[in-house]
Amino acid sequence: MKYKKVMQGALVLTGFAFGASALAATPSASMLGNSCAGCHGPNGNTQGPATPGIAGISAEYFVDVMLDYKADERPGTIMNRIAKGYSDEEIELMAGYFSEQKYIPLTQEFDASVVRLGDMLHDRSCEKCHEDGGKFAEDSAILAGQPKPYLKWSLADFREGVREMPKKMKRRMDEVHKAKGDDGLNALVEYYASQGK
Amino acid sequence: MANFTRRDFLKVTGTAAAASSLTLAAGRASAAPKGKVVIVGGGIGGATTARYMRMADPSIEVTVIEPNEHYHTCFMSNEVLSGERDIGSIRFDYGGLKGHGVNVVQDYVTGIDAEKKVVKTRGGQSFQYDRCVVSPGVDFRWDTIGGYDKNVAEQIPHAWKAGPQTVTLRKQLEAMDDGGTVVIAPPPNPFRCPPGPYERASQIAWYLKNHKPKSKVLIVDPKDKFSKFGLFTAGWKKHYGYGSDNALIEWVSGADGGKAESVDAKSKTLQAAVESFKADVLNVIPAQKAGKIAFDAGLTDDSGWCPVNLKTFESKQHSNIHVIGDAAIMSPMPKSGYSANSQAKVCAAAVVALLNGDSAPQPSLVNTCYSIITPEDGISVAMVYGYADGKINKVAGSGGLTPGYDDTTMEMRKREVAFAHSWFNNITHDVFG
Repeated sequence: MKYKKVMQGALVLTGFAFGASALAATPSASMLGNSCAGCHGPNGNTQGPATPGIAGISAEYFVDVMLDYKADERPGTIMNRIAKGYSDEEIELMAGYFSEQKYIPLTQEFDASVVRLGDMLHDRSCEKCHEDGGKFAEDSAILAGQPKPYLKWSLADFREGVREMPKKMKRRMDEVHKAKGDDGLNALVEYYASQGK
Repeated sequence: MANFTRRDFLKVTGTAAAASSLTLAAGRASAAPKGKVVIVGGGIGGATTARYMRMADPSIEVTVIEPNEHYHTCFMSNEVLSGERDIGSIRFDYGGLKGHGVNVVQDYVTGIDAEKKVVKTRGGQSFQYDRCVVSPGVDFRWDTIGGYDKNVAEQIPHAWKAGPQTVTLRKQLEAMDDGGTVVIAPPPNPFRCPPGPYERASQIAWYLKNHKPKSKVLIVDPKDKFSKFGLFTAGWKKHYGYGSDNALIEWVSGADGGKAESVDAKSKTLQAAVESFKADVLNVIPAQKAGKIAFDAGLTDDSGWCPVNLKTFESKQHSNIHVIGDAAIMSPMPKSGYSANSQAKVCAAAVVALLNGDSAPQPSLVNTCYSIITPEDGISVAMVYGYADGKINKVAGSGGLTPGYDDTTMEMRKREVAFAHSWFNNITHDVFG
């Protein structure tokens, strides 16, 4: 785990140095990051209703996601087209930029009656990777306070097999589904949605 | 396995660059930034520039001069026409900019003295600047359609600058009897929001389908093709019977005589190149040019738009004045809200650098345009742009259109609508929040 943290720190520094001096033709990290704000919100903090927030994202996860979009290895609408516009180096710069931004979880409506169940299921099956109640992740997604439609679609894509998930995640998700069925997955979504600021 | 490779790569680049970044940070801290920037126009371009300049360097004094107290976004105003959204939801004020320390002046700019570096207003005020940013949007070429002018547009709205005319057009649609004809006359290229007239036709058709199904939308177009042509026409076919006898949307191309010649306001009749079209609701969107102040300040060329240096957006006609958004020649970027927002950030970074005695940074730009055909069928076009050799260039392999129905699912189309609404919330928060 520490190894990963070191990597993330180093990545941020890379962004700064490359953007400003090492390669004149590469835009800076903030130049690249700012151009995303039109859809993802200023500093990557979304207003919803659906587009995910990318502030505070793990740099490593950001790079993985963008490279997957770029290679059409992850289903998407517009991101597959956008990701192809950036070199791997630029993607790393953006990763550094967004990982440094403070994440503001989205405040949205949620079904309070299932939040406790969601919380329990999260603790049992998801907390190991989506830490601190889903507010932090070293190499995966922040879930707490992400827009509900986005959470639902992501789960649907995973369940339907159109989006690949890590083996350990599949095991955990099957575990939730076996215990509580679709209601269990829905409770997870409601729990994350309840984690607004 | 793929993950492992990526991490390895990060490790190498990270370590190599760590040292140089420290030196650089020290150099930045010693710079003494200062300067006055006056921004003409508080639309998407002007307001974004102001905010991002203040974020990048709070020691720069930024003044925005804008005649209106509120700004209505042109984007999503078509949803007001269909009744899917309220006019209040596209209205924004300048409280957010003031919160970022921007001096917002409600006045009308009448002239810019490029030599003395002074902006003058109708209210008799003068504003000295080190750098001026002009983002006036579009103005209309009133001389292109006989019988159609500023005054007539109050009853026969263009509604191409959102606000009171959007409300007028919505009321006219509501008052129209079932069985009526809505005629939309889109402008020739180039114009603000290339997919806009066709999204408008879609949104109005959605309203008619649900409330006045015997009515129709007739698009009388001077062009033979338009933005997202294949996606729109397939969408119209799917949802609005396009091409059938009971079509809710019909389109007359330029080749078929669609060029508007004149308007008879009293009878709401549009005279086109070959025949005339009697409308119950008539929406004429005239040809366009850069906003008036761009002409008055000598920033336009023979095309009626403003040529700029494509790295800094500094005018090719006058130094220390930058022009962005719809008024500027930014080819191959379209005249869109996202383009203006993206250009504004590049402009802000360039002006901040120049005021600090640095060279302008390497630009990176994006455009994304969503169009909503029905509340569950959204489409988009996107592009990433770079800068090289004095030009803005599309990044090869990037961008493009939503896939057609055969190559995607209605679930993905539905998601695009939700992403369109998210885009609206986020870009307006980025500009006015």
